[in-house]
Amino acid sequence: MYVAVKGGDAAIAAAHAWLAEQRRGDTALPELSAAQVAEQLGLAVDRVMAEGSCHDRELAALAIKQARGDLIEAAFLLRAYRNTLTRFPAAEPVDTGAMRVRRRISATYKDMPGGQVLGPTFDYTHRLLDFALLAEGEAPTPPEESEATGAPMPRVSDILAQEGLMRREPPGDDAPPPDLTRDPLPFPAPRALRLQSLARGDEGFLLGLGYSTQRGYGNAHPFVAELRMGEVEVLITPPELGFPISLGEITVTECQMVNQFAGQADTPPQFTRGYGLSLGHSERKAMAMALVDRALMARDLGEEVTAPAQDHEFVLLHADNVEATGFVEHLKLPHHVDFQSELEKLRSIRARWEAARNGVAEAAE
Amino acid sequence: MTASAHMQAPDTDPGYNFAYLDEATKRMIRRTLLKAIAIPGHQIPFGAREMPLPYGWGTGGIQVTASILGPDDTLKVIDQGADDTTNAVSIRRFFHRVAGVRTTTRTAEATIIQTRHRIPERPLTEGQVMVFQVPMPEPLFKLEPRLAETRRLHALGDYSLAQVKLYEDIARQGEGGSSYSHPVMVNHRYLMSPSPIPGFDNPKLHMSPALMLFGAGREKKIYAVPPYTSVVSLDFDDHPFRPVRAPHACAACGSTTSYLDEIVTDDRGGRMFVCSDTDHCAENQMARKAAE
Amino acid sequence: MSPILEGQDLALRFGAVRALDDVSLSLWPGEVVAIVGESGSGKSTLLRVLAGLMEPQAGRVLYHDAEGAAQDVHALREAERRTLMRRDWGFVHQNARDGLRMGVSAGGNIGERLMAAGGRHYGNIRAAAAEWMSRVEMDPARMDEAPRNFSGGMQQRLQIARCLVTRPRLVFMDEPTGGLDVSVQARLLDLIRSLVAELGLAVLFVTHDIAAARLLAHRIVVMRHGRIVEEGLADRVLDDPRHPYTQLLVASVLAA
Repeated sequence: MYVAVKGGDAAIAAAHAWLAEQRRGDTALPELSAAQVAEQLGLAVDRVMAEGSCHDRELAALAIKQARGDLIEAAFLLRAYRNTLTRFPAAEPVDTGAMRVRRRISATYKDMPGGQVLGPTFDYTHRLLDFALLAEGEAPTPPEESEATGAPMPRVSDILAQEGLMRREPPGDDAPPPDLTRDPLPFPAPRALRLQSLARGDEGFLLGLGYSTQRGYGNAHPFVAELRMGEVEVLITPPELGFPISLGEITVTECQMVNQFAGQADTPPQFTRGYGLSLGHSERKAMAMALVDRALMARDLGEEVTAPAQDHEFVLLHADNVEATGFVEHLKLPHHVDFQSELEKLRSIRARWEAARNGVAEAAE
Repeated sequence: MTASAHMQAPDTDPGYNFAYLDEATKRMIRRTLLKAIAIPGHQIPFGAREMPLPYGWGTGGIQVTASILGPDDTLKVIDQGADDTTNAVSIRRFFHRVAGVRTTTRTAEATIIQTRHRIPERPLTEGQVMVFQVPMPEPLFKLEPRLAETRRLHALGDYSLAQVKLYEDIARQGEGGSSYSHPVMVNHRYLMSPSPIPGFDNPKLHMSPALMLFGAGREKKIYAVPPYTSVVSLDFDDHPFRPVRAPHACAACGSTTSYLDEIVTDDRGGRMFVCSDTDHCAENQMARKAAE
Repeated sequence: MSPILEGQDLALRFGAVRALDDVSLSLWPGEVVAIVGESGSGKSTLLRVLAGLMEPQAGRVLYHDAEGAAQDVHALREAERRTLMRRDWGFVHQNARDGLRMGVSAGGNIGERLMAAGGRHYGNIRAAAAEWMSRVEMDPARMDEAPRNFSGGMQQRLQIARCLVTRPRLVFMDEPTGGLDVSVQARLLDLIRSLVAELGLAVLFVTHDIAAARLLAHRIVVMRHGRIVEEGLADRVLDDPRHPYTQLLVASVLAA
């Protein structure tokens, strides 16, 4: 006598226990603390904060630990948590011009006010495995500190704008910007929502799309006007006070990419700007975002829309890795009811096909 | 459905609001549901939230259920027709944990039934609410992927593309229609995806006394079929829509009318067929025993 | 009797170019009118504006429906305009790809307009598709084949069948024989001529081919630089052209 498969409850409990055991790994080794993750796997934490849309190093580190290092899973944990938090009023726009800069480079100028600041970067390292890191080494010697010059570091895009060569962004209205996490995306999507979507979008997806615009799918000729990373102050204005107060500092990476634009009858040829901003230190993400942001402007600028990166729906509906991973992975869920009807269907049309073929064969005889 | 404002069942997780979502979000979703009920079959965009379960696991359905759930409700959750499949267990547990509501596997006892891919065999009654988990709310998406364009087609009531697709199926295969997710016309106006239920279940939507709510989390759409609403599967007059089931009797309860799962019993082609709806199957078996 | 279609004082500029410069044109029921001119003369723009596919900057287009009511084509709501285009009108594109669904069988292509008009009987739709394939001299046995299996001339026939299956009153054609071999063109023109006569269709068609205009049209409209420079009965315009530009057009054909 057949008994239907039962015991989902017990199976789930056992699976969860096994997962916890795997996560911990060999108990002969000391357990990794969230603080260690936050300190020593900092760029993973940055990526999880960016894609999780939540700037909290400790929680992001916890998510990475809980997710066994699966960064998309970790971003997902952080988002689900973020969602349960009470909302304060929206912050004032952060002033990246006033950033306490740790890294700032421009590819368009050899030097500019404030200078180039290389900062902590992989850019000029030789990618040779450092076997010394296999052993528990001593703390590396810190570099010699140079005096901060205190010189202001104006944004390169502002320098270009002074010359009138940079396209002016259309003036915004005073309405609060729409919020992607509260309202669904309309199409074509306004820039504010595009940027929100890209800022939390998957780094790998944006990287591939940005790359495609460089390879002819979108016709981009980009220059990094400026890439800067450092700390910015977050200010809010409580209605009862009426003036802004500081909540503290967060780390962000900003990329301004310039691109030529041929102009039209009523607009002179000029530079246009693709913009990327990412929580934490994530240059690749900010740069890819800036490329894709520019590509998505094609429609507004009256350029021909031919490439995937220029297609609002294609880019924005597929950039979110929490959505994407959910739908791809849900294929693991049972689908036997649908599959059963598919089986019956195939059998039925197969029978017709065979009958028809036999009919033809008989007719031919 | 009863009001649920800030009521905490005694044994629920105190770290979360009743049924997980905050009250403002629930109100927003209920407003969307009212719109959806007022325009049967029409997809209403809503600000879907991230849920602690992944997209594709039923986040749309869970948000709908969370928004309409009250402490007096009795919840049934099925996946592929069964209460005991892992995803159904997981969602039922979730609501038990964050809302502390009574749960059941009995279709007759449930006030809210959240489902993935099936409608129970036992006829639903007035006052019951079905909540469908929907992966892809747009019935035209395979014919026209652009949402801006499909919205226009819905506005114009222009569904000739869907009819052409059906025509092509018949011309090619000798019979029409998709085996599941077969599109339906709701209230003679909107073409709607019934979610990936097998075509076998489509007729159960027509003039049902129960309220049917559909939630798509990732796609951020809600739609509904109010009680006693006409729901007609897309077809041709001379090729009427034909719901299919495996032509066997259930090996467990003997039913010859229920939708069956095919069970592979060995690697030599052995097959057996049993009810997909586990509650229905159990009821049939009890009735049989009682009769003996 | 009133005209079936009236364009009144139509104007449209692209930058400095006047594509339509105060053009008025009437088409009468059952009448076949050819719009001729070189490329850039504005003839295709005029056709698209009259067919409601392109908005004029000034002027209006009136369609007199079967009940005699006049409808301002560009003031119609989108749903009404679509209904009109599917029920009362047809449009034959120069490129079959613009007028056919390339992923749908020949029968499906012909049947689509019937289904859009509410046709829900598969057998009747197929019968109509087969009948129309025969009428445009295609083999109905090939109705389940995709358009790409057919030659260019056959694709045009398919497009015509797709338009005519709902028995429209008015058909627009944009260079319907353009890009086809000369012998194929001649046979297609013959087919169009007999169908038009048989069905009593009003047809407005654009061509740069004077011979095609002579064969099909009752009346010819000559366009240059966005203006109508001459119009009249086909034989009169071709045998006794009055405007120097028309004389040049006709002479160039005769010389060729």
